[in-house]
Amino acid sequence: MTEPSGGDERIALVLQGIDKRYGATQALRSASLRVRAGTVHALLGENGAGKSTLMRIAYGMERPDAGAIAVHGAKVRLNSPANAIALGIGMVHQHFTLVPVMTVAENVALGGHGMLDLSRTISELHELSARTGFSLDPEVQVERLSVAAQQRVEIAKALMRRARLLVLDEPTAVLPPSESTELLRWLRSFADQGNAVVLITHKLGEALSIADDVTVLRRGRTVLVVAGKDATAAALTDAMLGAASAGEQVGKTPATDRVESRASSRIPVFRAEQATLADTSGMVRVRDASFVIGAGEIVGVAGVEGGGQRELLRALAGRLPVVTGVLERPDMVGFVPEDRHRDAVLLDRPLVENVALRGAGTRRGLIEWNTIGARTESLMRTFDVRAPGPRAPIRTLSGGNQQKLVLARELDADDMTSTAAIVVENPTRGLDVRATAEVHARLRAARDAGAAVVLYSSDIDEVLLLASRVLVVYAGTVREAPIDRDVVGRLMLGAETHAER
Amino acid sequence: MSAAMREAYRELAVVAAVVVAIGGAAALLLLAMGFPIAGGLTALWTGSFGSWYVFTSASLVRAVPLMLTGAAVALAFRGGVLNIGGEGQLLVGAAAAAAVALAMPSATVTVPLVIAAALLAAALGGALWASVAAYLRARYGVLEVISTIMLNFVALHLVSYLVRGPLQEPTHVYPQSATIVDALHLPRLPGAGRLHSGFVVALTVAVAAGWMLRRTAAGFRLVAAGENPAAATSAGGIDVRVTTARVFLLSGALAGLAGGVEVLGVTFALYENISPGYGYTAIAVALLARLDPWRVVATAVLFGALEAGAGAMQRDAGVPSTLVSVIEAALILAVVATQSFRSRRQRPDVGEHVQPVDA
Amino acid sequence: MPLGLAALGELLVERAGLINIGLEGAILAGAFGALVGASTAGGIGAGFAAAALAGLVIAMLFALCVIWIRADQIIAGTALTLLSVGATGTLYRALFGSSGAALRIPTSEPVAIPGVATLPVVGAALFSQPPITYFLYLLAPALAWWLARTHAGLALRAIGERPEAAEAAGIAVDRLRVLAILSGGVLGGLAGGTLVLAQAGTFAEGMSAGRGFIAIAIVVLGRWTPYGVAAGALLFGAASALQYAFQAMGWNAPYQVFLVVPYALTLAALAGAVGRARAPAALGRALETRR
Repeated sequence: MTEPSGGDERIALVLQGIDKRYGATQALRSASLRVRAGTVHALLGENGAGKSTLMRIAYGMERPDAGAIAVHGAKVRLNSPANAIALGIGMVHQHFTLVPVMTVAENVALGGHGMLDLSRTISELHELSARTGFSLDPEVQVERLSVAAQQRVEIAKALMRRARLLVLDEPTAVLPPSESTELLRWLRSFADQGNAVVLITHKLGEALSIADDVTVLRRGRTVLVVAGKDATAAALTDAMLGAASAGEQVGKTPATDRVESRASSRIPVFRAEQATLADTSGMVRVRDASFVIGAGEIVGVAGVEGGGQRELLRALAGRLPVVTGVLERPDMVGFVPEDRHRDAVLLDRPLVENVALRGAGTRRGLIEWNTIGARTESLMRTFDVRAPGPRAPIRTLSGGNQQKLVLARELDADDMTSTAAIVVENPTRGLDVRATAEVHARLRAARDAGAAVVLYSSDIDEVLLLASRVLVVYAGTVREAPIDRDVVGRLMLGAETHAER
Repeated sequence: MSAAMREAYRELAVVAAVVVAIGGAAALLLLAMGFPIAGGLTALWTGSFGSWYVFTSASLVRAVPLMLTGAAVALAFRGGVLNIGGEGQLLVGAAAAAAVALAMPSATVTVPLVIAAALLAAALGGALWASVAAYLRARYGVLEVISTIMLNFVALHLVSYLVRGPLQEPTHVYPQSATIVDALHLPRLPGAGRLHSGFVVALTVAVAAGWMLRRTAAGFRLVAAGENPAAATSAGGIDVRVTTARVFLLSGALAGLAGGVEVLGVTFALYENISPGYGYTAIAVALLARLDPWRVVATAVLFGALEAGAGAMQRDAGVPSTLVSVIEAALILAVVATQSFRSRRQRPDVGEHVQPVDA
Repeated sequence: MPLGLAALGELLVERAGLINIGLEGAILAGAFGALVGASTAGGIGAGFAAAALAGLVIAMLFALCVIWIRADQIIAGTALTLLSVGATGTLYRALFGSSGAALRIPTSEPVAIPGVATLPVVGAALFSQPPITYFLYLLAPALAWWLARTHAGLALRAIGERPEAAEAAGIAVDRLRVLAILSGGVLGGLAGGTLVLAQAGTFAEGMSAGRGFIAIAIVVLGRWTPYGVAAGALLFGAASALQYAFQAMGWNAPYQVFLVVPYALTLAALAGAVGRARAPAALGRALETRR
């Protein structure tokens, strides 16, 4: 590998040969990125491809295991965000780091030293607004602002620190369409003034419409670098999903049990008609969804972050009310949420109590711990949960064994009826290969026993591996897709027109 | 079986550690102050466990209110409610019991009924006092830590008003209520010196509270809601707000009951300083018991004995009784430190969680 | 006036998102420290210095528990108050003999401010006071200025609201928390010193008498602002003054009503009934575990 091109100031950022490993996961393998000044650079990739990790390295939040970084032609070491800020790099995270009760000006001033002169910050912000066409009221409290305006505050924070390279992580995921257009237009003009923008995204349309250059990451490697004008949706999808190598993981031919899968021939377990769902803050996330999920099938759910699948899954599991429309579902739906430590287990309590947790809200009188203990033991046996015993705190188990216990609890045979149902969300996140295979086997077994299984995974291959049909959620719309990597991938990225023509 | 054995050994080790800590801390302090170590420790022992009479009349009598308030704190903390208003709830309970006992003409109704009514009033009073903080938390999200402290002071002033106003003794000289007639005193336990039957009440309550946590669905909901509200809601379908409000009231009721038992069993009248901070010491009692009402029985007796022994230490060896507070504080800090280190050690598969989710 | 000092100290701690119930302990330790300092080194200045030092020691222990060990704030605060009660009591009896013998030490003389001290009604009450009171008068505006006009003040407010955001802005969150706790301890200690050196002229066991908890109430009532806290301290002071006035006049009305009013107001303020009192968002929240 050559040294990052020395002295070329027109290259705003060079990342070369970056390796990064987290425990057993190799997040980045010799990844590279070259951002020219005066351009908007789209960084594309599936969930888990390493986009955010790469940019966290560029912002000094993580240190690479190997590789070199150069900013505006000078080779640098980034030990903290402070270093990156000093070099003119600004980052807008997906989750904002703002203090809600403080004003815009206070948030912008936060982190400085010495005397605080808010009136100066305010006039500087006004000046910034005038210069950039960025509408911001410096004296309003951040919590009163819309999400789009809060995002502008984050950008303003970076600009006030003289950022010449802006990294934005999925900036449009939280914005309504009109605001997204607005933002992208602004980013364009910012770049045209000689600055650089890195846009992390998994929306193809965005990349194609705005980017001068596109870099695609897949599984930690840079797999494609192309000029925006030369890029096609097909080429980008192929690069992101690795169409050529898709066969290495999943057989493209559906297994026989999938072919006969037709919802109409099954007993319907879930039925949605024109269902509209909103998140806890009231923002509509899924609009007019209609579908049927039957007994004895695994239906996959696919979608990119913020697309609405989170709300869809929770509504199916009965953890989120429907705003309008109809959603029929069984009374008891098993639910395996992705953050099991927060939403599924009592970490410091024994296994038995974690098994007893299901249905605790409606139980009356005494708890038959002996019965539940016996059930726990039998669940541990059938699901091969490795634990010191049913009385051990669940904290002492490995992640895989914790997950198996949660799955066992939610699939509990006692509750199994003809309309048994379970919703699982990223059920194998953080598990090793062996535990992953075991969880997959359990889900298949549940399906064979007649349960309706709804599976979401941010790893599209996992969905394709297990499901017989896929519901793709894109920007609040739910559409059904067959087991076809290409079709699902395109729908997920909002490029359906290319696929269906 | 071996797991149970290990648990038992660990329990034993904790007890041993506590004993050593107390003895060590006391000895060190005595040494530092230039007091006679042997004399001080001997007095501490004879004044608490030295004889059956001392044990029952001094140690256990002091343990009764601590057992009740300790159980109250244990339940609340387990349920995720930081009720440090035990003192105020106890005071209101004491006032309610005194009011009922003084108002009822004992001749007309059967005595046990009046006693029961007075104790019930105490529990209700405590629950009522807690309900203010419970409501503020449920409705406005007010931190109960702050609101219960406020309510402790309000209760203090309430009692101060009562013993100078409506409940003042007939001569209107002393700031205290009239003395409750002998018939309404909680009967003493036979062969146990000044120990009254409130001990049985406290013991029953603590055992029942522990049993509730272990065996009942309601108790389990309480534990789950306190342990992880998000999982209790999502995985257990538990209404955490309702559960939390209930445990708050229950905790207040137990603390109130402590006040009632103290009035009918020990002081026989209401006055301002009826509680030497039982509601606060209860926090230490409950923490040392690792928030288990059954263990509270033991730690309440321990603290009762310490306080009884402290008095003796001062009388017989001239060692300041306040030394005991230092020992109590050292105990809490030791428990806090060991628990925190233990939970830090027991954090498996860390790599799995620190890994950022690439979106 | 000790209430004002202690409350301003607690204000700093709470703006950093923590609740220090150990403030009661810091006050008591400060009172005892003042006694030791003034009687051994002689002089009021030494007394106040020792008081501040004693409060600092208690605060250091609190910081150790809460920031370093990540122990629960309430539990640590309770333990430290208990520790302070025990330690001061024991040391007092050990050093100055068993209770009873009331040790007198010189108190700080009131200093009248020429001109304003002769104002009718409030003149003597506000401007003929020991020097520490004037320090308090200066402290509230100084804190208000510091919170509003310095980057450090802004950072402190930010960590009490959203520590994650502060951290992202490059602020050393834990270090600032420790500084807030230590400052709170020093002010608590000075409050205790004031009790001894400017009011009682002696030490009595448990003489803090719940002032630490009242200070917490004052912070709430003052809606977490320095001027509000100063006003709250005056209100609590006035309530107890009125109580004495009522007793002196031999009125039959229950004077406790006046004593309860500040607490009732505080509860009402918490519930949002009296204006908008919003606690720092991170207040009392368990601290994030450190990486």
